[in-house]
Amino acid sequence: MGSSDSFVKFDKVDKSYDGETLVVKDLNVDIPQGEFLTMLGPSGSGKTTTLMMLAGFETPTGGEIYLEGEAINKIPPNKRGIGMVFQNYALFPHLTVNENLAFPLEVRKLNKSEIEEKVKKTLDMVELGEFGNRMPLQLSGGQQQRVALARSLVFEPRLVLMDEPLGALDKKLREQMQYEIKHIHERIGITVVYVTHDQSEALTMSNRIAVFNDGKIQQISSPDVLYEKPENAFVANFIGENNQLKGKVKSINGKNCVVTTDHGDEITSLKINVNSVGDSSTVSLRPERVEINATEGNFENSFNAKVKELIYLGDHIRTRVEVCGNDQFIVKVPNSYKGANLKEGSTVKLSWKASDSRALDLR
Amino acid sequence: MNETTAGSILTTEGIPLKVSLQKAERRNKIRAILLVAPLLLFILFTFLIPIGDMLLRSVDDSYINTVFPKTFKEYKKWDRQDLPSEELYKTMFFEVKDSEGYAIGKASTRMNYAKSGWKSLLKKSKRKFKKIEEGPYKEQMIAIDKKWADMEYWKALGVMVDATTAGYYLNAVDLKYNVDKEVVRQKENRRIYNHTWVKTFKVSILVMIFCLMLGYPISYLLSTLPLKYSNLLMICVLLPFWTSLLVRTVAWMVMLQQKGVFNNLLVMSNIIADENRFKLMYNETATIIVMTQILLPFMVLPLYSVMKTISPNYMRAALNLGASPLHAFWKIYMPNSVPGISAGCMLVFILAIGYYITPELVGGKDGQMIGNWIAYHLKTTLNWGLSAALGAILLGVLTVLYWVYNKLVGIENIKLG
Repeated sequence: MGSSDSFVKFDKVDKSYDGETLVVKDLNVDIPQGEFLTMLGPSGSGKTTTLMMLAGFETPTGGEIYLEGEAINKIPPNKRGIGMVFQNYALFPHLTVNENLAFPLEVRKLNKSEIEEKVKKTLDMVELGEFGNRMPLQLSGGQQQRVALARSLVFEPRLVLMDEPLGALDKKLREQMQYEIKHIHERIGITVVYVTHDQSEALTMSNRIAVFNDGKIQQISSPDVLYEKPENAFVANFIGENNQLKGKVKSINGKNCVVTTDHGDEITSLKINVNSVGDSSTVSLRPERVEINATEGNFENSFNAKVKELIYLGDHIRTRVEVCGNDQFIVKVPNSYKGANLKEGSTVKLSWKASDSRALDLR
Repeated sequence: MNETTAGSILTTEGIPLKVSLQKAERRNKIRAILLVAPLLLFILFTFLIPIGDMLLRSVDDSYINTVFPKTFKEYKKWDRQDLPSEELYKTMFFEVKDSEGYAIGKASTRMNYAKSGWKSLLKKSKRKFKKIEEGPYKEQMIAIDKKWADMEYWKALGVMVDATTAGYYLNAVDLKYNVDKEVVRQKENRRIYNHTWVKTFKVSILVMIFCLMLGYPISYLLSTLPLKYSNLLMICVLLPFWTSLLVRTVAWMVMLQQKGVFNNLLVMSNIIADENRFKLMYNETATIIVMTQILLPFMVLPLYSVMKTISPNYMRAALNLGASPLHAFWKIYMPNSVPGISAGCMLVFILAIGYYITPELVGGKDGQMIGNWIAYHLKTTLNWGLSAALGAILLGVLTVLYWVYNKLVGIENIKLG
């Protein structure tokens, strides 16, 4: 992506706090206007630091950040015109909801009637029109969250940043707010950069997800690509559930390769992140792509496995089996006549397609 | 046991829930009382009772009535127009003559507050009355000292007839009863307290302001630094606490006196001439400087503990919303630190207003505060009534301030940690 059509651009950005280790390493991202980009990663992966650099609270140690083509490294946070929803909301506790929302508008010296109108409109958007005169602490967590969201939008910023905004809510409310934020984003078409460590949150809301680990973006793509086609073992493991079989590359054959496990089994997989014969590799495989005792279909891989554990989960039976020397191998068996026959200790046949197994780097 | 169904206020056993609850809570209450009992008793005997006693002393005027009971009874019949009758002279004569010398001495001290001259008159009379065998006494008494014929002295007794008096309080604000029990101002050269009151408030307020000005930035730094640095800095702030007050005060004397370190440095570096040394010691300036230093930790601690709870995200949010750093500080950070400011200011002001040892040591003549007068009357003149009245006024002023503060800011906004 060229810098001309990117709304936000990170150009070779580095960040170090202590001068010894880099928290963010050579970060290059382009975010087009109107996108909902999520930065996903475990804690300490550099995602929040990246967000703070964009907001202007941290200065990059190297590289440059551009907003609408303008270098913003030297622009202080209050002049950037970027909205932000903070972890724990950071609503000003001594001001009412209305005053909280009016704050950015007063700073911008709008006249009174205009302020009132915008505050009202934005509060209505988050369905809190009645709560303008309450103090933030009189509101529930979900309501505070909406106020924080409204405050970040009320001054019509070009970009909104969200730093784990739903982290403090319970599961149900969190899911509800995910949809709400997603819908607001769709409605007003604002560019959003969202930070979370919750992968389902990322999958639900984003246009694109950047998976962070160790200060680097491991993969950046749309949620489905990220899930279906992880490019390395970290991403495969971090997003969704994942079976891993370790081994060495025996042969490479076009886009496929054969990996020999330590146990001696040969697995045919897509060649994704291995280069040459003899490389160590992790073969990654989604549990739902494995068939048990398949009678038809064309599977390149087929192995006998021993059922170790059955966990009844209603719609499916989570089955732990030992296959190719891995006894933590999970298969999701739909709760149908097939699943009913499974017994702990019995031997079954597992089959999967080469196109569903991906030979990745060894982690 | 104490279960209850919804809507019912009876327990399953049919006892009203409230009674049952009280029963259950009683043990806890007794336990709580027992836990605080030793301290409560200690405070009662070492604090509440002495304070109560002092407050009573500030209005107590009964001693003199126990020395001259008959005289005062007779005195009430006097018309205050002409010299008293022979009868009053006679009662006075015998009560002076028959009383213990010690009692007369103590009573005469009190009488001297009402009209100076009484003390010497009684002392002389007590000695000479022994020679008088029989009446009529009036003439003989006047012969001993002409003051016995002075209406002023007799009238002055009227101020003391009651067992209680507001006289000490009047004294404490430079007023007094004249001999006719009218409230009048003290003579010009005896007006010292009003001036001192004003100065006490002025010094306390200045010390409070300086502590706030010096303490606020330090507390802010403390609250934002990483823990390992903030701990070190905190130790520096608290270091004075671990040093004796006297040592610190004397150190200031070494620093600030005219031939002291500070002035010497200025002279040595040719900033001021030798004859223009600053007068920084033994005056009000010294009192303010030294008290500010001594009371600073009392400002820093509450400020720090409140600032520690202010999330740095508030400031970030304010900046993010477009406020300049100054605006963000003034509109967002400062209001959130008000509980700390209030607590710190209250603490420092209350401690400052009753401060005694520091003004005593470094204040010289012009840096004395009301606390010094209280100590002076307690220790030197033994006028405990006046001491008590001064102390009671101090207490009253603080109570009023506290009340006003509660109305304005709300006492729940005080946060010490």
